[in-house]
Amino acid sequence: METIILFAPLLGALITGFGWKLIGEKTGQILATALVMLAAVLSWVVFLSFDGETQQITVLRWIDSGSLGAEWGIRLDRMTAIMLIVVNSVSALVHLYSFGYMAHDENWTDDEPYRARFFAYLSFFTFAMLMLVTSDNLIQMFFGWEGVGVASYLLIGFYWKKQSASAAAIKAFVVNRVGDFGFLLGIALIYFLTDSVRFDDIFAAVPKLAETGFTFLGIEWTAANLIGVLLFIGAMGKSAQLFLHTWLPDAMEGPTPVSALIHAATMVTAGVFLVCRMSPLYEVAPEAKMMIVYIGGFTAFFAATVGLVQNDIKRVIAYSTCSQLGYMFVAAGVGLYPVAMFHLFTHAFFKAMLFLGAGSVIHATHHEQDMRWYGGLRKKIPVTFWAMMIGTLAITGVGIPLTYIGFAGFISKDAVIEGAYVGAPAIVFWLLVVGALMTSFYSWRLIFLTFFGENRAHLKPADDHHGHHAHGHDDHAHHHEPHESPMVMLIPLIVLAFGAVFAGMLWKEAFFGHAEHVLEWFHGAIAMTTMVEDHGAMVALMDAAHHVPTWVKLAPFVAMLTGLALAWVMYIRKPELPAKIAAEQNTLYQFLLNKWYFDELYNFLFVRPAMALGRFLWKRGDGNVIDGTINGIAMGIIPFFTRLAGRLQSGYVFHYAFAMVLGIVVLVTWMSLSGSH
Amino acid sequence: MDNLLSIITFTPAVAALIMALFLRGNDEATQRNAKWLALAATVATFIFSLFVLFGFDPENTGFQFVENYDWIMGLKYKVGVDGISVLFILLTTFLMPITIGACWTVESRVKDYMIAFLLLETLMIGVFIALDLVLFYLFFEAGLIPMFLIIGIWGGKDRIYASFKFFLYTFLGSVLMLVAMISMYVQAGTTDIETLLTFNFASDAFPILGWQLMGGAQTLMWLAFFASFAVKMPMWPVHTWLPDAHVQAPTAGSVLLAAVMLKMGGYGFLRFSLPMFPVASDLLAPLVLWMSVIAIVYTSLVAMVQNDMKKLIAYSSVAHMGYVTMGIFAVNQQGIDGAIFQMLSHGFISGALFLCVGVIYDRMHTREIDAYGGLVNRMPAYALVFLFFTMSNVGLPGTSGFIGEFLTIMGVFQVNPLIALIAATGVILSAAYALWLFRRVVWGELLKASLKTITDMDLRERVMFAPLVVMTLLLGIYPSLVTDIIGPSVSALISNYEAALPAVQSAAAAAVN
Repeated sequence: METIILFAPLLGALITGFGWKLIGEKTGQILATALVMLAAVLSWVVFLSFDGETQQITVLRWIDSGSLGAEWGIRLDRMTAIMLIVVNSVSALVHLYSFGYMAHDENWTDDEPYRARFFAYLSFFTFAMLMLVTSDNLIQMFFGWEGVGVASYLLIGFYWKKQSASAAAIKAFVVNRVGDFGFLLGIALIYFLTDSVRFDDIFAAVPKLAETGFTFLGIEWTAANLIGVLLFIGAMGKSAQLFLHTWLPDAMEGPTPVSALIHAATMVTAGVFLVCRMSPLYEVAPEAKMMIVYIGGFTAFFAATVGLVQNDIKRVIAYSTCSQLGYMFVAAGVGLYPVAMFHLFTHAFFKAMLFLGAGSVIHATHHEQDMRWYGGLRKKIPVTFWAMMIGTLAITGVGIPLTYIGFAGFISKDAVIEGAYVGAPAIVFWLLVVGALMTSFYSWRLIFLTFFGENRAHLKPADDHHGHHAHGHDDHAHHHEPHESPMVMLIPLIVLAFGAVFAGMLWKEAFFGHAEHVLEWFHGAIAMTTMVEDHGAMVALMDAAHHVPTWVKLAPFVAMLTGLALAWVMYIRKPELPAKIAAEQNTLYQFLLNKWYFDELYNFLFVRPAMALGRFLWKRGDGNVIDGTINGIAMGIIPFFTRLAGRLQSGYVFHYAFAMVLGIVVLVTWMSLSGSH
Repeated sequence: MDNLLSIITFTPAVAALIMALFLRGNDEATQRNAKWLALAATVATFIFSLFVLFGFDPENTGFQFVENYDWIMGLKYKVGVDGISVLFILLTTFLMPITIGACWTVESRVKDYMIAFLLLETLMIGVFIALDLVLFYLFFEAGLIPMFLIIGIWGGKDRIYASFKFFLYTFLGSVLMLVAMISMYVQAGTTDIETLLTFNFASDAFPILGWQLMGGAQTLMWLAFFASFAVKMPMWPVHTWLPDAHVQAPTAGSVLLAAVMLKMGGYGFLRFSLPMFPVASDLLAPLVLWMSVIAIVYTSLVAMVQNDMKKLIAYSSVAHMGYVTMGIFAVNQQGIDGAIFQMLSHGFISGALFLCVGVIYDRMHTREIDAYGGLVNRMPAYALVFLFFTMSNVGLPGTSGFIGEFLTIMGVFQVNPLIALIAATGVILSAAYALWLFRRVVWGELLKASLKTITDMDLRERVMFAPLVVMTLLLGIYPSLVTDIIGPSVSALISNYEAALPAVQSAAAAAVN
C-alpha cells in the first residue's frame, strides 16, 4: 500500500506529462488528480490504522560504493505517516482546485498545453515530496529534497514568458543550493564518522557522535554539533529561514495553487521535517539546537515585520509562511520536536487554505494581486470570504484562553510559545510573542483590505497594470464584477476549513499531551528533550511547558487581540492612518517595504562580485596569464606551423596525417630498440 | 572470440579503409553511402562491445580478454581490459553511432569526415585496451591527429588557431610522458603494463640542485605523466585549449572531445600514476586536490560570464573534470568509484549538451547566447531535453550527474574536509551558470524575428538524444550497473596502492595504537 502511495503520483505525472497528446489534456488532468486522491485516501488509511511500529520496505538498490550504501526504500513510522497525510491531502485538494484556477489563463493561448504541464509538475512534485518523507536514509532524502527543488523551480518559472518568473525560479533553485551545500557536507561528515547514511545506523551511533571531536575550519566541534549545524543550513534553505529566505517571496511568481502546495504546506516544511527526523542527533547537539532557536526566533520576527507593509496579497501570506516556519524551528530547537510537527501539521491546513482563498480572490478579481485595489469583496465572494476568515482565525490563534478549545493555530502556536518560554532564551520567547501580535495585525489587515470597506478597483492608476500581457489592455476586465469561484475551487477550501478548525483540538493530545503519551504515540520515531528542572523537580520539558505561568499562556492571546485591534483601527476605523504613519516614518516604512534590503545586500555582496571575479579570471587569468605565457613560449615555433596551416585546406591533409603517425611509430620503435641493449 | 577486443578496435578502421579504397567521387550518393557505412560500422562495433560487457567477470580483478602477440621489431601487441577500463570502451562504442548521427548534416568532404571519425574510434578504444606502453603511447598520441583534422578542416572560423592550440598543448605534454616511458623501460626492462603494475619503481629521495627530491625517480616520472594527463583532462591551469577547441570544433567533434577524449587523462591517472608511482602519488596528491578544487571554483566562475554556449559548456566540463581528479587522488573507494562514474556520466551529459548546442547551431549558425531566447515557444521537445541535461549537469539526484559528484565529495571529505567544502561550492555555482544559460536560451518570449520560424527537433535528433536520456536516468537510478563492475577492480587498486606505501601504513598503525 505504501508503494502505491509513493508511486501513484509519479505515474500520474508521467502519463499526464508525456501522454496528454494521446489521452487528451482533460483526461490527463483527471487522471493525475485521481491518482493523487488515491494516494491521499490510502495515506489516511495508513495514518489511522498505523500502530507506530517502524516498517522498512526496500524497493531497489541504489548507491553501492564500498561501505557507502543506500537503497530506494520506504520507512514508515509515525513521522512518515503524518507527513503522508499532510502532503497527499493538500496535494489532492490543490489538484482539484487547479481544475478551476487553471481553466483559463490569460498568459497562454489555447493551443498551448499549459494545463497538462501544470498537472504533471504538481504530481511530480508530490512524488518527490513523498520520496523525501518516506526515505530511510539521508541520500534518498536528498533526492526528494532536490526533486522538490526542481518541481518548485519549474512551477515558479511556470509562466516562463515573464522575465520575473524565470528570474525567481533560478533564484529559488540557487538559494536552495546554498542550503544543499550544507546538507551535502552534513551527509559527508555523518558518513565519515558513522560509516553509514541509513537512519537506524546513524541513530545507533549518536552516543559516539556526541563525544567525537572534529576540527573543521580551524574550530574544534563536537561531531554532533557540527553535523547539526550543517544539516540545519540545508533546512534553512528549504524552509526559507533568515539569510536564506530571499527566494520565498519571489517564488510567488508561480500560480497560486503552487504557492499553497509547495510554498506553504509541504516543501517549505521539509526543513522542519529534517530537523525532527534527525531529532535523536540534535538531542546531543546543544549548540546546534541553540542556533536553530535563534534563527527560528529571528525569522519569525523578521518575516512578520516585512509582512506588515506588503501590498501584494500573496507576498503577505508568503512572509507569514516564512514567519510561521520560524515558530516551528523554535519548537524543534528547544527539543519539543512533536510540537514542531504539530504546528507543521496544523499550519499545512490553514496556510494552504489562506493561499487557496487568496487564489480565489485573485481569480475573482481577474488576476489582481494588489490589496490596495481590493475592498468590499465580502458580499461578492462570500464563500471565499468565510474560508479566509476561518484561515485567519486559525493563523492568528483564536480560541478560549486557558483551555484547549480553539482553532488549529491557537492550539499549536500556543504550544510553541509555551515551549519557547520553558526552553528558549527569553529574547526568543518575546520575539515570538511580538511576532504573534504582528501575525494578527497583518492577517487582519489582509482581511480588512480585501473584504471590508469600499471597493477600490477604480482607484488603480491606469498605467499600473498588473502585468501588461501580449493580449493588450483589457480595461473592462478591471471593472468586471468580482465573481465567486466555481465549486471545484470552493470544495477544497471547505475541506481545508475543517482542518483549520479541528486539527488542533483533535490531535492536541497526540502531539502536545503528556510527555509519556506523546513519546508512546511517536513510538521512537522522534526524540524529545526529556528531563528539565522545573520548580526543583525533574520533569519532561513538554510537561514543564504545560505548567507555565498563566500570563505566559495568555500572552499570545493578548498579542492576537492587540494586533486585531490595531488592524481594525487602521483599516476600518481610520483608513487614512496607515498612509500618514508611512509618511511620518518613511525610513522605517521603506526599510520594511524593501524587506530589510536583503536582496540589494546579497546582490552587492555575492552576485556582482562573483560575476566580476568570473570576468577577471576569464580575461586576465585565462587570457593574459595562462595563454599569454604559453603563447610567448610558442612564439618561436609558430612561423613553422602557420606555413603548415596554409596547406591544411589542400588535399594533402591525409598525407600529413599518415606522415605523423608513421613518424611516431618510427620514433617509438627506435627508442624501444635502442633501449633494449 | 579470442580476438574480441581487436575486432572491436579495428572494425571502424576497416570500415574506414573500405571507404577510402572503394568509395569514389563526391556525389550525393557517395556521401550517403559513406554516412550509412560509418553508421553501420559503429553500430556493429557497439554490438561487439556488448559481448565484452556480458562476458566480463567483475570479480576477477586481473585483465580479461587478453590478446598477446609479437608485433613488428620485437614490440608486443598486448591488449586486455579490467574493471577500470572496460566501461570506457562501452562509453566510446555507445557514443559513436550518436556522433555519426550528429555528422549527418555535414556537406563538405563527407567521406573524409567519416574516415576521420572511424579512425578516431579505433584509436580511442585502443587507448583503453592497450596493455603495452608503446601501444598505449601510439594510440594515445595518434588519436590527436584525427581530432586535429576534424577541428582544423571542419571547424569554425578560427579553427586553425584552435586546432594548433589543441595539438601543441596535448602533444607537448605527451613528449614528457614519452621520456618517462623510456625511463620506465630502462628500469623495468619491459614495456608490458601488467608487469609494470607490479614493479616497484625506485622512490628513494635523491638530491637535485641541492634540493632533496622526495620520492626520487617516482616523482619525476609521475610529473612527466602528469604533464600529459593534466593537459588531457584538462586540469587548471592548462585548460585553456579546451574552450577554444570546443568553440571551433564541429558538433560531432565536440561531443567526442568532451565525452571520450577528456577521459583518457583520468584513465591514465588510474592506469599509470596511482598504481605505478604510489609513493609519488601520495606525496603529490594534495597538489592535485588543490588544483582540482581551484578548477571547480575558477572555471565555474568563468562559465558564468560566457556569452558563447559552447565556451560555457566547455568551462563547465573543466569544472566537472575537477571532481574526477579530486576523486582519483582521494584514493579511496568512494573517491575513485565516483571519479570513474563521473567520467562515464559526463560522457553522456556533456555529449548531450554539445548536441543540444548543435541542434540550434544547425538552424541559426550562431552560438551566441544573446542571439536566442524564448525557444520553448517553438521547440518544446528541445526545451525538455535541454532542461533534462542541464539538470543532470548540475548534479540532480536521480540523474547520473549526481552520483559522480556525490561520491567524489564523500571520498575526498575523508581525506580533507576543507577540500570537500570548496568542491561542494561547485554545487551552487553550477546551478547558477547552467540555469542561467537555460533561461537565456530557452525561456522568455520569442521576440527575435530570426527565431520566429525555427523548428523543433526532427526525428533524427530525437533518436540521437533518446539513448543519452535513457543512460543518464538509468545510471542515476541504478548506479550499481557501473559500480558492480568497477568496484572490485577499484578496491584491488586501492589495496595494492596502500600496500606499496610503507609510510602510510606506519602512520595508520600509529593512529590505531
